[in-house]
Amino acid sequence: MNITIIGVLAALAVLVLTVELLRRRALREKYAVIWLIVSIAAVVFTVFPGLLLRLSQRLGFQIPANFVFAIAALVLLIVGMQLSLEVGRLEDRSQRLAEEVGLLRHDIEQLRSERGTTSGALEADVSVAPPPGGSATDPGDGGSDFV
Amino acid sequence: MTGSGPSRRLDSVLVEQGHAGRALVVVPAWNESEALPAVLVELRDKIPDVDVLVVDDGSTDGTADIVRTSGTASVVSLPFNIGVGGAMRAGFLFAERNGYRAVVQCDADGQHDPADIERLLAELDSGLDVVIGARFAGVGDYKVGGLRRIAMRFLASSMSRITGTRLTDVTSGFRASSARAVSVFAREYPPEYLGDTIESLVVARRAGLSIGQLPVELRERQGGRPSQSSFKSVVYLGRAVLVLGLAVLHRGAGKGDA
Repeated sequence: MNITIIGVLAALAVLVLTVELLRRRALREKYAVIWLIVSIAAVVFTVFPGLLLRLSQRLGFQIPANFVFAIAALVLLIVGMQLSLEVGRLEDRSQRLAEEVGLLRHDIEQLRSERGTTSGALEADVSVAPPPGGSATDPGDGGSDFV
Repeated sequence: MTGSGPSRRLDSVLVEQGHAGRALVVVPAWNESEALPAVLVELRDKIPDVDVLVVDDGSTDGTADIVRTSGTASVVSLPFNIGVGGAMRAGFLFAERNGYRAVVQCDADGQHDPADIERLLAELDSGLDVVIGARFAGVGDYKVGGLRRIAMRFLASSMSRITGTRLTDVTSGFRASSARAVSVFAREYPPEYLGDTIESLVVARRAGLSIGQLPVELRERQGGRPSQSSFKSVVYLGRAVLVLGLAVLHRGAGKGDA
């Protein structure tokens, strides 16, 4: 009895958490689907334990717990795979972006040195050294006192 | 850009232009402020007709500033460290967008003699797309010991079979790429560990590029520290085999003769 209540509460907590995170847009729908399914199933099976018993017997599991563990392992495997995939994709994209940022920075520096002017605030965080032979650099612009 | 006159119009910078027929030396550099100044001076003195681009791979020791103050090379500064493969891909992108006819990758630690760059470029002119400056091909006295040598031998023989050319030093970071190779590499230069050396050759082979090598002499490092220990060699061998295996398997194997 006690264990049932704890089980139901835990399952409900996961369900509420998932919905709440979705509502706040902290969790993307493509990751939420699997957690929604898991938490709904957990609620259903803890409220109706007989369902779990019959289902596991039908599938040939001798102990219902083994059925639950097998499913849990499978779900975690799939989630792990999906996350690895996603991380790889993100890594690839951030690398591409890093390359593009580097190239753009180069172009900006080149444009600046060709114009022979510095433009205050931006100058500071791109940390541009004086252009080769750039006598026209204007230190009076402010923000480049370190040059 | 190094060789361009001051009269160049502003908007022309943004358009692809200007460097047709010129070659670009790309120097990937990660915290190489010690050795880099000498390398830049040598590049300028020995090959004044070739533009130099240093790709500063997230250095924290002011490597980029050294290049800027030198005034003899351009610098692309990456916001964080992404590895040699990524740095080179940025270099290839740069070369492709600016219309260079060839790219030569050269280390920032002074191990590669800039005088050899002209020889590598000459090999490209004879029709090859990728030319590796090989350290074991009979010139110079570069030696490595034990496990690392076994690893390199193994890689060399596997890569020779895959590419159909005799290659003795596939992990060399001294290599030239033709315009065709540059446009392939700008799109897919493997950014992972060892991707820039081993996997890139598999990519090149798959894209139908011709690969060859040229014996070069390796010099003492002019700064920084070499990275060799026997434990690292074992790890290196393991990862190299894995990378090679994955590269060959990648999208259903390449030429079938592997």
